[in-house]
Amino acid sequence: MLQTVALRGSRGQRQLFSDISVTVKPGTLLAVAGENGSGKTSFLRMLCGLLSPDDGAVLWQGKDIRQLKELYCAQLIYIGHLNGIKDDLTPTENIKISAGLAGGDSSSEIVRKALEAVGLGRSTHTLPTRVLSQGQKRRVALARLWLSTRPLWFLDEPFASLDTLAATYLTQRLQSHLGNGGMVVVSTHQEIALPTDSIQHLRLSR
Amino acid sequence: MSQPSMSEALGGVVRRDLLLAMRHRSDVAMSVFFVVIVASLFPLGVGPEAAVLRMIGPGVLWVTALLACLLSLGRLFTADYLDGVLEQTALIPQSLAVLVIGKVFAHWVVSGLPVVLLSPLLGLQFGLDGVTLGVLTLSLLLGTPTLSMIGAIGAALTLGLRGSGLLVALLVLPLFIPVLIFGAGAVTSSVSGIGSEANLSLLGACFLLSFAFAPWATAVALRIALE
Repeated sequence: MLQTVALRGSRGQRQLFSDISVTVKPGTLLAVAGENGSGKTSFLRMLCGLLSPDDGAVLWQGKDIRQLKELYCAQLIYIGHLNGIKDDLTPTENIKISAGLAGGDSSSEIVRKALEAVGLGRSTHTLPTRVLSQGQKRRVALARLWLSTRPLWFLDEPFASLDTLAATYLTQRLQSHLGNGGMVVVSTHQEIALPTDSIQHLRLSR
Repeated sequence: MSQPSMSEALGGVVRRDLLLAMRHRSDVAMSVFFVVIVASLFPLGVGPEAAVLRMIGPGVLWVTALLACLLSLGRLFTADYLDGVLEQTALIPQSLAVLVIGKVFAHWVVSGLPVVLLSPLLGLQFGLDGVTLGVLTLSLLLGTPTLSMIGAIGAALTLGLRGSGLLVALLVLPLFIPVLIFGAGAVTSSVSGIGSEANLSLLGACFLLSFAFAPWATAVALRIALE
C-alpha cells in the first residue's frame, strides 16, 4: 500500500500543491488530473523518490521511502514524460538492457513478446529507435510494463502520442495489473476505460 | 521482487554505454584524433632538437591526454539526462554510486584507454627511450581513469546548466593539477634518469582516493541535478 501524508511540493518559489494525503491500495489506480503546470509530474516524481517533498512523507507499506531507498525502487516502475530510451539503440536492445538492469528476464523471446504486445510489428524491432514515430517510441517505453512483475507503476501521461489501438492495449494491461493486485498512479487528461470502483481521482489546481 | 545484483547492474550500464559508443564511432575517433594531432603538432612547431623534445614531451603528452578527457566529459551524462535514461538509472535498485562507476569505466574505455594504448607511439615522436615509454604508459594507465573519475563530479555538478562546458573546465581543471604534476613528473623523472616510483605511487594514491570518493560525490550531484 502506498500512502502520502500531508505532502507539499514546490518548484522554485512557487508552491505547487500542499497537504495531499492519499492512499493507493492494491488493485486500485490513482488518476492525477490538473491543468498544465499544476504539478502532476512533480507529484509523480515525488512518489517515486526522484524529488524530495518540501513537507510530508511518502510511505510504502507504512515505511518512509527515504529510508527504504533501493528496496523501494525494486517495487516500482516509472515511465515519465521522457521515454527513457536510447534513439541509437533498437527497440529490442532498449528493452533488453532495461529489463536486465531491472533484474528481470531479458531473453530475446520475452522481449519480442513484450514489443508485440504493445503493437510494435517485428519489422520495427531491429530498427534504430530514432527512425520510429513519437507514438512508436512511446510504445517502446511502455513495453517495459509487459515485462514487469513490480507492483507499483507510476505513469506520466502514458496515453500521450498513442493511437486508439495502442491506448486499448495499455488499458488492457493496466486492467490485468490491477486485477493481479498491482497499484498504478497515472497522470492523464483523458478518461481511462476501467471499472470506476478501481479508480480514485486526485485533482491538482494552481 | 526483481532486483539486479550489483554485477548485473554494473555490467548492464557498461554494456549499454559501450554499445552506444560503438554506434557513435566518430565521437570516439574525435578524441583519439585530437590527441594524435595535438601531440604531433608540437614536434613540428618546436623543431627537431632531440633534447628539447625529450624535455617537453612528458608535459605535452600529459596535457593532451588531460584536454582529451575534458573534451569528452560532456558526453558522460548529458545525453542520459536529456532522454530520461538518467531518471531510469537513478531508479535502478542499486546504489547510484555503483552505477556511476560503470558509466565512468565505459567513458574511460572509450576516451582514456585509446590514449594509453597510443601513448608509446606518440612518445616516440619526442625521442623518449623504451623505459620512459613504459613509465609514460603506466602513468597514463593510472592517471586517465583518475581524470575520468574527477571529471565525472564536474560533469554531474554542471548537468543541465547553460554554458556547462566552460563551467566544468573551471571546476575540474584545478582538481586535475595534482594528477598532471605526478603523471608528467613520473615521465620527466624517468627522462632525467631519476626513479619514477615516488610519482607513480602518488598517482596511484590519487587513483584510489578518486575511486573511493568520486562515485559517491557524483551520485549526490546527479540526484541534485534530477531534482
